[in-house]
Amino acid sequence: MTTRDIEFGLNSFGEVSRDPSGRLLSEAETVRLMIEEAVLAESVGIDLFSIGEHYRHQHVDSAGHVILATIAGRTERIRLGTSVTVLSTQDPVRLYAEFATLDAASNGRAQLIVGRASSTESFPLFGFDLADYETLFEEKLDLFTRLLRDQPVTWSGTVRSPLTDQFVRPAIAPGSIPTWVGVGGSPQSVIRAARYGLPLMLAIIGGPPSRFAPYVDLYKRALDQFEHPRLPIGMHSIGLVARTDEEARAAHWPYWEAVMKLASKERGFSVPSPDQYAAEIADGALFVGSPETVATKIAATVRTLDLSRFDLKYDLVGLPQVSRATTIELFGREVIPRVRELLEDEPGLSDDRLAAANTPGSHV
Amino acid sequence: MSSGGDGDLRLGIVGAGKVGTTIARAAIAAGYDVAISGSGPAERIALTVDVLAPGARAVTTDEVVRYADIVVLAVPTHRFRELPHDLFAGKVLIDAMNYWEPIDGDDDELATAPAGTSIVVQGHFPSARVVKGLNQLGYHEFEEGRRPSGVEGRVAIAAASDDRTALLEVLQLIDRLGFDAVDAGLLEAGVALEPDGSAFGVAYSSSELSDLLWLQERSA
Repeated sequence: MTTRDIEFGLNSFGEVSRDPSGRLLSEAETVRLMIEEAVLAESVGIDLFSIGEHYRHQHVDSAGHVILATIAGRTERIRLGTSVTVLSTQDPVRLYAEFATLDAASNGRAQLIVGRASSTESFPLFGFDLADYETLFEEKLDLFTRLLRDQPVTWSGTVRSPLTDQFVRPAIAPGSIPTWVGVGGSPQSVIRAARYGLPLMLAIIGGPPSRFAPYVDLYKRALDQFEHPRLPIGMHSIGLVARTDEEARAAHWPYWEAVMKLASKERGFSVPSPDQYAAEIADGALFVGSPETVATKIAATVRTLDLSRFDLKYDLVGLPQVSRATTIELFGREVIPRVRELLEDEPGLSDDRLAAANTPGSHV
Repeated sequence: MSSGGDGDLRLGIVGAGKVGTTIARAAIAAGYDVAISGSGPAERIALTVDVLAPGARAVTTDEVVRYADIVVLAVPTHRFRELPHDLFAGKVLIDAMNYWEPIDGDDDELATAPAGTSIVVQGHFPSARVVKGLNQLGYHEFEEGRRPSGVEGRVAIAAASDDRTALLEVLQLIDRLGFDAVDAGLLEAGVALEPDGSAFGVAYSSSELSDLLWLQERSA
């Protein structure tokens, strides 16, 4: 087994798109577009389609499992995931029921990334107190992993009613739904993923990905300390693929700038300049360019961070359908095969990564 | 082992997250002896500190306070009120926290603090000598912006406090960590260093930053 074990995913936050006339799609149309895009993703050889969880303007990914189930009925092979499920404000029992059902309906294709979320709009929406952020995630991760691994479950905690010898249906083979922990750079979250023996997904949305190398090291050492085997490490970044670098930038910049303007207002940082944008593409976390540019960058990052999975987030509010479709096609047909080729040319892969990649299903 | 004065190169850090470990790394590189704590027992952060800030000692928060006269507060902003009011009595306490509503949730007191969130922090720790500082750059920019003194293009970081002696100590720390240190004046002027403030998140030179803060003060 070689580099072919790297998993390539496509990720959507359910962001509304634009039709060829420039009209903004309705939110319902965007939901349907995501389904078509996932079908396209399968047809061009992408391994995984995943959906986020947000409760905000122009994001229609509030019930991703419903969209994934629809995709399941239209596809045969592509794996169906989340990126990320805000576990802190979900009921783990309900979440298990949904994803065990999705797994059954899709013949074993369900998976998740769970996280604490970097935005917190689900807390007031579902009546949770942000002050309980840490406890909510910790307890719910404990319960969720037990539901996945070892039913019946007897559990008690502070965040929901206790369970006694509880089975939740439908039954799945223990540990068969891959569940990753998504982290944005909090060391304690990295250690928690290791403690639960769950694979690690790094959200890298700004700056050089190599900044995360110390966290990869921390994760590996924590796995050793908890006496877990080496587990896969993945990363998620934003990107757009077009025929040429110039086309890709021209198509991407206006929508990325708009998103950054909004985020800068919310989080108080300055809006990146065109120069900073160019730097972000050259050395940072944006995977924007021709298939060769993007593939070269992904291959380098896979080596630097010892990755077994790479997810490209392809949607941005207002980004036209055609740019999204081109990205999906080129990512599947050209970028992914090229990354595999580049990694085979120059193995340089650590034994850890190979070992992790060679133990699918062991990492739930 | 008492400390104080110019020769003191001990730094305490409360909070072993992204910001705390980044500052710890910078301080160790600058020759400081660093003690750092998370919430709870030292063992919980031992591995994190060993990997992300090798050379720092992982201890409890009480031990951090005993160890150093200058302590950096880098806990999640929505949690500093869990620490006792008199914990940092007499200590120089560097408030490196930023309040971001999408991260920290609705907090009326912090969201509406007209003179900045460090005033609220000072109110919670009345016996601490609070200095606002080390919050102004993102932790990546902080890590990558460090330069030796005198190097062209050195980035500036400002600090603000009502306690002049404490402020001078922190300005010296900032310089040793690798940044030009700018005196932003009284604690309330530190509002310019916060998210949405004019000086937040931008890599200015010391003259640019001084001018900006001066203008800000004039227009306030």
